[in-house]
Amino acid sequence: MTCDEARILLHALLDNELDAGHARDVEAHIASCPDCAAEFAAQREMQRVLADTNLRYTAPASLRARIEASLPQAQRQQPSRRSVLRGFAMGSAVSALAASGVVALVLRQDDQQRILSEVVSAHLRSLQAGHLTDVVSTDQHTVKPWFNGKLDVAPPVIDLTAQGFTLVGGRLDYIDARAIGAVVYKRRQHVVNLFVSQTSNTEYRTPKTETMQGFNCRRWSNRGLNFWAVSDIGADELAEFVDKFEAAMKANVEG
Amino acid sequence: MPVNDDLQKAQRFREAALPYLDDVYTLARYLLRDASDAEDAVQECYLRALKHFDSYRGPAMKPWLFAILRNVCNAEYARRAHRPSAIEDTPGAAEQTPIWQESEASPETEVLRSRDAGAIRKLIDALAEPFRETFVLREINNLSYREIAEAVGAPVGTVMSRLARARAMLRAAWTAEEEQAK
Repeated sequence: MTCDEARILLHALLDNELDAGHARDVEAHIASCPDCAAEFAAQREMQRVLADTNLRYTAPASLRARIEASLPQAQRQQPSRRSVLRGFAMGSAVSALAASGVVALVLRQDDQQRILSEVVSAHLRSLQAGHLTDVVSTDQHTVKPWFNGKLDVAPPVIDLTAQGFTLVGGRLDYIDARAIGAVVYKRRQHVVNLFVSQTSNTEYRTPKTETMQGFNCRRWSNRGLNFWAVSDIGADELAEFVDKFEAAMKANVEG
Repeated sequence: MPVNDDLQKAQRFREAALPYLDDVYTLARYLLRDASDAEDAVQECYLRALKHFDSYRGPAMKPWLFAILRNVCNAEYARRAHRPSAIEDTPGAAEQTPIWQESEASPETEVLRSRDAGAIRKLIDALAEPFRETFVLREINNLSYREIAEAVGAPVGTVMSRLARARAMLRAAWTAEEEQAK
């Protein structure tokens, strides 16, 4: 290998883009060529400094709002005036009931929105250095007992490594002023936090994805537990995670 | 019902594309080097992406959005006729820059000082295209070489050599600044 080739390929080595054979070739060249070795070390140093610096920009909220506004609105459709009037035309008892139902629904959505933002904040906090896990283990039989006695709920800890989501550990977090369990997975370099809390409601609520601050959050309820899976992976991948988690959980319960 | 289809499509689009808003905006900032131009370009990018969402076949949303953003930015530069094109694929003078030069200072003893993000962004902004774009896609947007090749419509080999040049130029500018600061 010539130095000219090595000066290009050493970057691919730094970026983990080389297959084993080429990586060996470049490493062999670097080992025998002090100039290329120096360049490699210097570039690795620069990459490290760059990685430690936040060079990303955050889209202004106004831009997000403008884009949202330009999309056909599915969720925020206001009931038409006529349908509201029709509601009033029904008997007063019925409309009173309907009205209270509407209030409950609105409140619950506000509540959910607040909890969603708390969940996303907890996810962001967890990404700061040293905050990701309280117990570090890829073994579900280590992570699960760790939660014992710390929570009023036993979060299901399921190893999904074979399905492409590596279990990395667990953590205690606080959502809605309550201690809550967080089971941490990784997909490539992306962190998936699965928050689990108890609920008195045992009915199954189908998973639903919402987006906040660029994070996808998929929430669902099953077997008396509320789940929120949060990550910066794509919505489709997050849905895949939830599907695999639920499938494995079902297998555990039935098995 | 067509109206419903539109709503469903918009919802699917929202879930698939909006999580990458910060990524797209970041790239736009580095390509256009202007905050309000970047906002306009990103909005236009999302409008076009929605329009073409039916023909999107995946798998990776990010490189697809980036490819659209690039087109928007190129059109924007073409509109400002008095300015040079944002991203030129023809080899220019910068492409002829040697990847490395023997430097008199011994590079192994040089350790880059950590700089604040603003100073590093300026150094990146000063890189010529297409090197700046390639560098940002790799180092800041975290795309793989294959995804970069897909987004910019160039072979992987070209991506590799551009990235090597970009990093060599960035490091040279960085160390030159530190020399001056001394």
